[in-house]
Amino acid sequence: MSNDLYITASSSINTNIVSKNELLVFENKEPDLSQFLLSVYRHLDTQYPKFHKMDNLSKLGWLANEVLLKDSFDTAKYKPEDIGIVLSNANSSLDNDIKYMETVKEIASPALFVYTLPNIVIGEISIRHKFKGENAFFINEDFDAAFIQQYVGNLMHNEVLQCCICGWVEALGENYKAVLFLIEKDKSSNSVIFTKENLNKIYQIENG
Amino acid sequence: MDKLMSDLKTQIIAQLNLQDTKPEDIGDDQPLFVEGLGLDSIDALELIVLLQQHYKIKLSNAEDGPKVFRTVRTMAEYITAHQAQNA
Repeated sequence: MSNDLYITASSSINTNIVSKNELLVFENKEPDLSQFLLSVYRHLDTQYPKFHKMDNLSKLGWLANEVLLKDSFDTAKYKPEDIGIVLSNANSSLDNDIKYMETVKEIASPALFVYTLPNIVIGEISIRHKFKGENAFFINEDFDAAFIQQYVGNLMHNEVLQCCICGWVEALGENYKAVLFLIEKDKSSNSVIFTKENLNKIYQIENG
Repeated sequence: MDKLMSDLKTQIIAQLNLQDTKPEDIGDDQPLFVEGLGLDSIDALELIVLLQQHYKIKLSNAEDGPKVFRTVRTMAEYITAHQAQNA
C-alpha cells in the first residue's frame, strides 16, 4: 500500500545535536533547553519574532521543521491544503502545563495558557508556512512507526494530502527529542520508501 | 513621566518576550499594535497582567483597552491618573 510514497527528507534535534538527512547541521553543548533552542534559532539565521513567545515544545517542533524544509522543499509545488502535519509524543503539552499552573497561583498567564495543548506546535508550523492541510497530534508512549505509516499512508492514498510532515516532537523539562519526516509521492535523490521499517531505521539513527 | 515610560518599555519587553527589541526601539508615541510593534490579542492580555503585577491596577472596563494600550505614553498616562486617584 505504501510502496508509492517516499520519505524524501528527515530532520532531528536531540542530545544537543541538530541534523538533516542524518548529517550534522549544528551542535551546541548548552545544557539549558531554552538557551539551546535559541542557539539553534540563531544558527538558522531566521527572522521570526513570534518564535520567542512559543513554549519549548513548539520551539522544538518549529525548529525541526525549519531544518527539514530549509533549502530543499518547494512549497509552491503543492496547494496549502495539500500539505498536512501528523505529530506525536508521550507527554503532550505537560512541560508548559506545569509552568502555566505555577502562574495560576498568582495571575494566570495568557501567553502560557495558549500553549496548553500539544497541537499548537502544528499551528505554529502551519502559520509559518501557510499550510492548511489535515493535521493531528497523537499521544503515544513511544514513537509508533507502524501507526504513523498507516495513518499518513491513508491520508495520502485517499488524496486527502499530497505531502505530509510527520514524526515525534517531545519536550519535558530538559529532556527533548524531535525527529521529523517529509513524506511525498514523488521520488527524489536519497529518498527511501515510506515503510515502518525505514521510519524506525531513520528514527533510531536520528535518535543517536 | 519619562521614568515611567522608560520602565514600561523594559517591562513590556520582558512580559512579552520581545527578545529582538530594545527599550530604545520603542517610541513613546509608537502604536503598540498592528502597524507599530505588531502585538497581538494575547499580548493585549499580557499587558493587562503587566498592569496588575507591576502597578496593582485592574482594568475595570475592557472597552478602555484599545485607548489605554495604544502607546507607551497612553499607558503611562493611565497609570499616572490611576495612581493620582488612589493617592
